[in-house]
Amino acid sequence: MAMSNYQEMAIAKALNAGLRKAMQRDEKVLVFGEDVARLGGVFRVTEGLLDEFGDSRIFNSPIAESGIVGTAIGLAMRGYRSVAEIQFDGFVFPAFNQITTQLARLTYRSEGFQQMPVVIRIPVGGGIGAVEHHSESPEAYFAHTPGLRVVSPSNPNDAYWMIQQAIESPDPVIFLEPKRRYWQKGPVNLDTAPLPLHSARMLREGTDLTLIAHGPMVATALQAAELGAEEGISIEVIDLRSLSPVDYPTLLASVQKTSRVVIAQEAPNNVSLGSEIAARIAEQAYYYLEAPVIRVGGFDTPYPPAKLEEEYLPDADRILEAVDRVLAY
Amino acid sequence: MTPATEPMLQLLAPDGSYGVEKEYARYGEVIDSLGEDQLKTFYRDMARIRRFDQEAIALQRQGQLGLWVPAIGQEAAQIGSGYAVGKNDHIFPSYREHGVAITHGVELMSILKMMRGVNHGGWNPEETRFHLYAIVLGSQVLHAVGYAMGVKLDGRVGTGDLDNDLAVISYFGDGATAEGDVSESLLFAAVNEAPIVFFIQNNQWAISSNIASQTKVPLYRRGEGFGVPGLRVDGNDVLACYAATKIHMDEAREGKGPYLLEALTYRIGAHTTSDDPTKYRDEEEVEYWRQRDPIARFEVFLRRQGVDEDFFEEVAVAGDELAKDIREQTFALQKPPLESIFDNVYSDDHPEINAQRAWLRAYEDQMGGHE
Repeated sequence: MAMSNYQEMAIAKALNAGLRKAMQRDEKVLVFGEDVARLGGVFRVTEGLLDEFGDSRIFNSPIAESGIVGTAIGLAMRGYRSVAEIQFDGFVFPAFNQITTQLARLTYRSEGFQQMPVVIRIPVGGGIGAVEHHSESPEAYFAHTPGLRVVSPSNPNDAYWMIQQAIESPDPVIFLEPKRRYWQKGPVNLDTAPLPLHSARMLREGTDLTLIAHGPMVATALQAAELGAEEGISIEVIDLRSLSPVDYPTLLASVQKTSRVVIAQEAPNNVSLGSEIAARIAEQAYYYLEAPVIRVGGFDTPYPPAKLEEEYLPDADRILEAVDRVLAY
Repeated sequence: MTPATEPMLQLLAPDGSYGVEKEYARYGEVIDSLGEDQLKTFYRDMARIRRFDQEAIALQRQGQLGLWVPAIGQEAAQIGSGYAVGKNDHIFPSYREHGVAITHGVELMSILKMMRGVNHGGWNPEETRFHLYAIVLGSQVLHAVGYAMGVKLDGRVGTGDLDNDLAVISYFGDGATAEGDVSESLLFAAVNEAPIVFFIQNNQWAISSNIASQTKVPLYRRGEGFGVPGLRVDGNDVLACYAATKIHMDEAREGKGPYLLEALTYRIGAHTTSDDPTKYRDEEEVEYWRQRDPIARFEVFLRRQGVDEDFFEEVAVAGDELAKDIREQTFALQKPPLESIFDNVYSDDHPEINAQRAWLRAYEDQMGGHE
């Protein structure tokens, strides 16, 4: 068997390489959004694509998010596969109507005559010292909406493969990029996709407790597991990867083994993705549980000013505090 | 804003007399090329859609439809423009474009199905080139622009090959012009030089809000700041609507970029069957516009052209037959099985949908059948 072709790269670079691959494979793939062309986007995820593919395949859109998503829908009707970039999480809301009332429903409304292969890339989450509206975690709004798929890679290999899988999906995919981890490096297997788009991954095996996280919180969860191990606590870490649909079989298999669950997320806990997962685990693994499922998330406040975000965002200590509470049952 | 003080393309006056002002000569030339059969088709379809509309209102009143959205008074704007759309062109309607629909082979029953609540549309937009009704105001205009951008990327604009080239037309009302999506549409179309005509049916009432509260500048000028030129057309003049749409769709197809048409018309009926316009507008105003009825005007014109009584009788008989037919078909429309709600939520397999479908089946079996 030939050795797999691995390359070390950061998440932003891996996304760039994945986009390039998708654009090479299918000439119907278009990339557009604010500042994506010559600049390569504010995080440089689309850097260099203009030189390779030209301005009919990658172009800047006017600064109008509803227009970006609305025209992506029209392009999908014409047979194109658009990858639309929303510059920051807090700026997706002007497009919320087009995403939820149109993009998510057109296949249903048209009884399958119109497919909507549109990917909306959004850098999400806090931790970069930004001004307001640049640090949001809006996943629950989209995961709540039937017709959408929502995914979030946490590492370069997933970033490289999941962006390509999202582009190949005939359904709309909200693709949430962990912005404070854009520069996090790791190996990318250029030959073989690790998993299907909607599978969760067990990242670290453990026996005492299951810790579930996604996107930017995965690195924090791994750090908590490492610290826990030093205290003799064996924590199993699962990276959700897909937020809608959630890969419940993988979660439930872990819960059956550990009987205890902590869910970590940046978003405020109230009516969050973590709330839904906790409810589902209670419904489907009740007899396996030794303790209530505990969520560690943002507080139910607007995202705070940057000087407070380090304390606002759940860190390894906040996760371990919850781990202690769960283990106390 | 006084409509009468603005320049407007009108070929057929309310009294049925035909005339072309010098500055509009090229629109007149379009009409010169029409034969009697085409003119009769305009009349036949305007009368047909009005009869349909009246029947649909009756069906709603009798509880057979959940809602009806009448287009009475707007037949000329819809039939005239609809027939000017070319054989490859695509149409993005709002939700009152029943007249445009019949010019493109959409079954009237498809529209009634929506309003009876058995589906949300369901005709094939690729086959009819008439896209699904859009209920969120202005949302479809951005889709139309995106579609037109795709047409341009496909290299199907301005090649001079009429079998190859196509353009897009998007319909919306005066009320929808207030939506941000419409402004964004004008901008995206302009900067991309997209092959699209924006067709505003200004029926002067957005439910109970008069046009004066919707815009400060006449709507045909709405595109100016975006770089989209416009023209006001008499929306109750089927010939003007046909000629203007024909010329500007041809130009869009030729690569001359977006254009905006404002068809000035009037919503004779209610916004929908849930609305009561007597609460907010005067009967004199409605009467003023009844005197400018698009069908009556065109009938006078056709009679002067020598079209005989037999034709008008034949159209009236066909209208009654249509009414009877759609009435019977509406009564026969059954609701789909509940399990169909899971179809097409996603194109690809989805575990939650599969699980809920399986649960519903088991539940219904347990409860002893589907009803």
